[in-house]
Formats: sequence, structure tokens, C-alpha cells
Amino acid sequence: MPDALFEYLLRLGDNTLVLGHRISEWCGKAPILEEDIALANTALDLMGQTQLWLGLAAEVESKGRSADDLAFLRDVWDFRNVLMVERPNGDFGHTIMRQFLFDAFHLPLLDGLQNSSDQRVAEIAEKSVKEASYHLERSADTVIALGDGTEESHRRMQSALDLLWPFSGEMFLTDAVDDALLVSGIAPDLSQIKPIWSKTVEKTLREATLTTPEDDFAHSGGKTGRQHTEDLGHMLAQMQWLQRAYPGASW
Amino acid sequence: MSKEWPLWEVFIRGQHGLSHRHVGSLHAPDAEMAIKNARDVYTRRNEGVSIWVVEAERIAASSPGDKGPFYDPANSKVYRHPTFFDIPDEIGAM
Repeated sequence: MPDALFEYLLRLGDNTLVLGHRISEWCGKAPILEEDIALANTALDLMGQTQLWLGLAAEVESKGRSADDLAFLRDVWDFRNVLMVERPNGDFGHTIMRQFLFDAFHLPLLDGLQNSSDQRVAEIAEKSVKEASYHLERSADTVIALGDGTEESHRRMQSALDLLWPFSGEMFLTDAVDDALLVSGIAPDLSQIKPIWSKTVEKTLREATLTTPEDDFAHSGGKTGRQHTEDLGHMLAQMQWLQRAYPGASW
Repeated sequence: MSKEWPLWEVFIRGQHGLSHRHVGSLHAPDAEMAIKNARDVYTRRNEGVSIWVVEAERIAASSPGDKGPFYDPANSKVYRHPTFFDIPDEIGAM
């Protein structure tokens, strides 16, 4: 089922592309120099992974498109990232909370993908899992430091968590694409990733003295492409304008 | 309590068998974060296999004012350099 694989690779690549672009927006203006560089490193890691996932997606699609074509010449409705990663950065606390909720999902996902029946998928996952492991270590530590920090940092982290919580459920919603890849052994079972995610999140939030929201309502539509938020359009306008204005420009 | 994070001095070992070398400094709230920050700021291009950090204020340093009495007496004492020994060829480079 090549179409399902293409779709699935877009989901992986678009998550890393959109989140990577979002955090690159902090470059040069993060609260302190050290965080600025650390965030830029994470953004670059995610861009590197994007190149591999979208590169493979283009290969699987075999319509002569490249990873760059997929990144710069698709419009909003063709993107398959979860809604959470396209959210605007907000304050630093919101950025870090979003990063943490994603990293806690990304690491076990990549870990599972290392055992993919598709050798190419397994190889990309193997390369990415070390990066994701560091991302999670860093974002979890920062969530704890800020959550259990000053009154203001605690308040900001709690409000970031409350805002982001309804966006976290989409990462675990499954559809026919997930089912097909699970059956063929290419992708791991999301229902097994969920408890790992929950354990990391609960432990970290407890240490951060934050209250986990109880509502399990989940916004959805990003990963299936049914409906993105208007924020993705604004982001793409900025990310893609050069290729759109000067088609084929390179350096 | 100061709102500024303390300054840390960073030492990195480039390869196994070499000693740690001072590479610079950075700010961090605690030692663990200092090591993570050092990883992100100073090992982006494969520079290291091990990181040490130490709070800058914990380093005791000699005072520049003592330069004369501290170091000048070591001048012109060539007999302290092991250049008067014949080293057998088999020893090779030392």
C-alpha cells in the first residue's frame, strides 16, 4: 500500500518540519544566549530529520518530486502535521511545553520505528532517536525548572499546559493509514506509545508541580489534512515565500 | 537572591587520552543545566567526548599583581630544564 506509506512519511516529516520551523523562529531572540543556541540546535536536528523523511516520501511517491518540493511547494491542505506543532510559539514557556509534549511522544515513536519492517524507515529512526532522546531530556528538565520555579514561571507553564493539552490527543488518534502500516510492520502501535507518553508526562508534570488537565477532548484534523489552523497558513507564507516568488532559486 | 544565573567555566576533552581544556564560559542555573548548555554551545561540531563545568567563583586564581614575585624567580634557571641529559635513541620522542 504505497499511498499509505507516502501519507505516513508526510506525517513524520511534516511534524518535524513545522515544529523545526516554529522553534527556529526563536533564533536570535530567545530569553538567553544558551537557550537560543540550544533551541537552534534542536531546530536543526528536526530539519535534518525532515530532509530524510520527506526525501523518502518523495522517493516512495516516485513522481519526480524532491524533499524540497514537498516542503516548499505544498499548500496548507497538503500538510499532515498534528495541529499542536503549528501553534504559534507564544511565550517561552508555551514553546517549551509544546516541545516537551511532542518530545515525549517523538522518542517512543522513533524507538518503535527502529524495528520497522522497512529498512529505510528503520535507518532514519535509528539516526533520529539519539537526537530525540536529548531533546526530551532537555525539554523535560526545563519544564520542571520553570514549573517548579518562580510564581510567574509556574503560572505561565500551567497556562501553557492548559492551552496545549487539548492538542496533545491528536498524536494518538489512528486512522486507516496507521492501521495499514501497523499490519505491514512498518509502524509501531500508537496505542502502545500512548502509555509510555503518559508515564513520562505524568512524572515530569508532577515534578514540575503542575496540574494535569483532566479533560481528554482532542482537537484533530492536522494529521489527516482535514483541517489545519489558520496559523499554519501564516507560517508557510513566511517559510515558502522565497521559493514561491523566485521558483527554483538556490544558493 | 540574585536573578542572574551564575557563570560556569567549561572544560572539554577532545579525545580519550587527552586532558580537558578550558574552552569558555556560560550561564546556567545549576551544574546539570551547565553541562547541557555546554553540550549545546561548545560541542556542536564534534569537539568533545567529555565535559567538565565548574562555577567560576569557585576557581581560585593567582593575582596579576603578584606576577613579579610569582614568576620572575623562575627566569634564567636553565638547570631546571631537563636539557642536560643524554636520552638514548631507543627512547624516541619524550
